[in-house]
Amino acid sequence: MIRPDGALEAARRRDVRARWLLSAPALLILAFAAIGPLLVVVLYSFLTPGPYGDVIWSFSTDAWVGVFLERDIFDDTLSLADAHMSIFVRSLTLATATTVLALLIGFPTAYFIATRPERTRELWLFLITIPFWTNILIRTFGMLEIIRNEGLINTSLRTLGLIDRPIQMLFTDGAVMAGMLYVYLPLMVLPLYASLEKLDFRLVEAGYDLYATPFRVLTRIVLPLVKPGMIAGSILVFIPALGAYVTPRVLGGGKTMMLGTLIELQFGQGRNWPLGAALSITLMAMVMVALLVYVRYAGREVRHG
Amino acid sequence: MARPFDVRRQRGFTVVAAFCFALLYLPIVVLVTYAFNAGESIANWEGVSLRWFVAAAGNAQVIDASIRSLQIATAAALIATTAATLAALATTRTAPYRGQAATFAALNLPLMVPEIVTAVALLIVFARIKMATGYTGLGYLIAAHTAFCIPFAYLPIRARLDGMDLNLERAAADLYATPVRAFRHVTLPLLWPGILAGFMLAFVISLDDVVITEFVKSGGQETLPTYMLGQLRRVITPEMNAISTAFLALSIVVVTVFFLVSRKRD
Repeated sequence: MIRPDGALEAARRRDVRARWLLSAPALLILAFAAIGPLLVVVLYSFLTPGPYGDVIWSFSTDAWVGVFLERDIFDDTLSLADAHMSIFVRSLTLATATTVLALLIGFPTAYFIATRPERTRELWLFLITIPFWTNILIRTFGMLEIIRNEGLINTSLRTLGLIDRPIQMLFTDGAVMAGMLYVYLPLMVLPLYASLEKLDFRLVEAGYDLYATPFRVLTRIVLPLVKPGMIAGSILVFIPALGAYVTPRVLGGGKTMMLGTLIELQFGQGRNWPLGAALSITLMAMVMVALLVYVRYAGREVRHG
Repeated sequence: MARPFDVRRQRGFTVVAAFCFALLYLPIVVLVTYAFNAGESIANWEGVSLRWFVAAAGNAQVIDASIRSLQIATAAALIATTAATLAALATTRTAPYRGQAATFAALNLPLMVPEIVTAVALLIVFARIKMATGYTGLGYLIAAHTAFCIPFAYLPIRARLDGMDLNLERAAADLYATPVRAFRHVTLPLLWPGILAGFMLAFVISLDDVVITEFVKSGGQETLPTYMLGQLRRVITPEMNAISTAFLALSIVVVTVFFLVSRKRD
């Protein structure tokens, strides 16, 4: 005889099976066009490059060595791969600088929106959302129109007679950073706003009652309370900036390569797919480290809160 | 006359906010303005004209790429939303079960992987499949787009489900509705705004994709964004401004509708 809790257990099992079945289509698509291919990238990073791209099926660690080291063509000695290192450093520097600038501009903006009357707040927020949903290519093209030699800044300065010859802004690190700042700024403002909106301004008032200056209120009360939003926004900006491809390709030149364009190079002219695969995993690992730092921090925040 | 002291006020923040909005909108405004320029260059304004819109509309490559973009976005968003709805129904409103966390992680994975990494991963795998099967159709792009659209469709649907009252479905069951009828007449109507929001998000995300499409497309499969990326490396004419302006207008329409749909929380 089936005991009641046995029937219950059977029903629970049926329920779980139904849940797996319902998830199956999404999981199968993801396995085919997201998770599976990522595992293949790991495999490819341990193979030998083929003469016309793709790979030859023989095991090799050359690609991984090549990510960090360079083999001298004459005496076969290994040294640090300066070209790759400078690209790693540039990607990290530009991504960090973009994040810091986005925070410096984004925080006051989010604060401004959060302190508007409730009726106009949604409109301001909508104004942040529109660029966010505008195609990244269109926005990068907009930035190009501003900074290129025949662009808005140069033609305006020329018309005013301030310069004779255009200032070269395009194809520089500064151009790439300006482009990324422009493209990723909404990603900073939105989570900051979500945190600031919940801020209890009675705490701010209490600060003033105790004779705090506006600056001290900001640094001692507002910023600590909004920290989760600041960290979420920074992660949302830093990660895509680190792996950016469109912005450095359109606004940067051959000398301002970033990780994204370096990876593409290996699958195009470089014809070194294993190296491209190893570089991709390296980028992926850097992103994971950033995410882990975020998760650890966010976890601690919750326990304290 | 002194104004009453406002505890919310921080000196200088409004100035920075004004700068932020200017920064966000100046490039777009310049881009759109010069789409209507009669002249060839941004250097001088030669009067209002629609000639570049006419040129873009007469450009067979642009039309071809636009149609392909819309086809891919429609197919990918439809499949992604359907799969995401089922997955959302499976992963919410239940006691934790074995594999639930893993399913959740898998569904959100595309959000965490840098686009360029997904792009080369798909390039590697699809190049093999193309060689093995000889099939080079739109299926690859649709599969790729569907995969990265799934989390975008999943999140609003899941959010809607989380906020839904389970008692309504229990009531339907108490009144002898079959699970299918309860879903059809109770769950689905309540879930509809979430599904619609998820669909539109997925649609816009697919329409906007540059990087993954650039790596996955076979010869002659330009979408509007990859066509634009190719053009940006050549001499730029205001025709690009006109194309961007039209694209922008479409995005704004979709986003506005999305905004209105997701605001209706009843």
